[in-house]
Amino acid sequence: MIRKRKSRGPNAINASSMADIAFLLLIFFLVTTTINVDKGIFIILPPWSEEEPEIAKINDRNTFVILLNSHDQLLVKGELMKVERLRENVIEFLENPYRKKTLSESPLKAVVSFKNDRATSYSAYIEVWNELKGAYIDLWNQESRRLYGVDYADLKGNKKEDKEKQKTIRKLYPMRISEAEPDNVTKAQ
Amino acid sequence: MPEISTASLPDIIFILLFFFMVVTVMRDTELKVENRLPRATELTKLVKKSLVSYIYIGRPTKKYAKLLGTAPRIQLNDGFYTKEDIGQFVATEREKLPENRQKFMIFALRIDKAVTMGIVSDVKTELRKADALKINYSALPRGDEGI
Repeated sequence: MIRKRKSRGPNAINASSMADIAFLLLIFFLVTTTINVDKGIFIILPPWSEEEPEIAKINDRNTFVILLNSHDQLLVKGELMKVERLRENVIEFLENPYRKKTLSESPLKAVVSFKNDRATSYSAYIEVWNELKGAYIDLWNQESRRLYGVDYADLKGNKKEDKEKQKTIRKLYPMRISEAEPDNVTKAQ
Repeated sequence: MPEISTASLPDIIFILLFFFMVVTVMRDTELKVENRLPRATELTKLVKKSLVSYIYIGRPTKKYAKLLGTAPRIQLNDGFYTKEDIGQFVATEREKLPENRQKFMIFALRIDKAVTMGIVSDVKTELRKADALKINYSALPRGDEGI
């Protein structure tokens, strides 16, 4: 009797445990790593000085006063305002297209002043900053389209002319946002 | 019915694995404070990771709340610190960079959205005193539809 050898060729290694090894590695990576969030609102703080900064006159037409109280309510130039309206109001203040006497004389003299309370929530603070930055970016985009035909954000190449163009636009609408020391109206952390 | 071949199952798992290896970063500090970031639209990316140092502010997580209470705290690297320690932290981080890059140092403030501004203002004042003026309030992106 001739036994037919059921040949598998040279003996192949059983590869069914490959999947298990792969699962193990996957679980290791899932547990030890994080997807990093690395975006945020970029701010340059004013340098520290021992003297008190000069207090801007409250009713000066060139100062846009924004106050946030401990209940996260927004007070702009003495009136309650919703944060969604803030951006358009800041833009109107800076541009003053109709030359209103209550708004700024020129963007070069305009200052936005922002004051919050120690008990204001951080999310409300960020919303206001987001709208302030957004207002300036919108204005810069507008000027950039008018002067150069592209958005300000698209001038971010490393070429020298791009940086010069960005500087020119920033000189037209300088970002002057001054923050005051927060009040401590209610005893809060 | 012929059996479905499962020979390609490991390949699928490997693809998933490579995805995670590429997209994620090894977590180097354990977050000891609650850190739900706020949402914003005007975000800039932090490009040079080597120039960024992180400051975490939030209420301590459950297992630390028993020791430290529920008031918001500052976490630098792996420990809890107070605002007085920030000056020292800035100096230490500054020394890690070569001289000509030191002025490009950025501090990313990862602050929980429920924190009150008192502690944030203190941290900002300490950063100003230590001449660390470039800061970035970390936030998650949000579409324009809701605030």
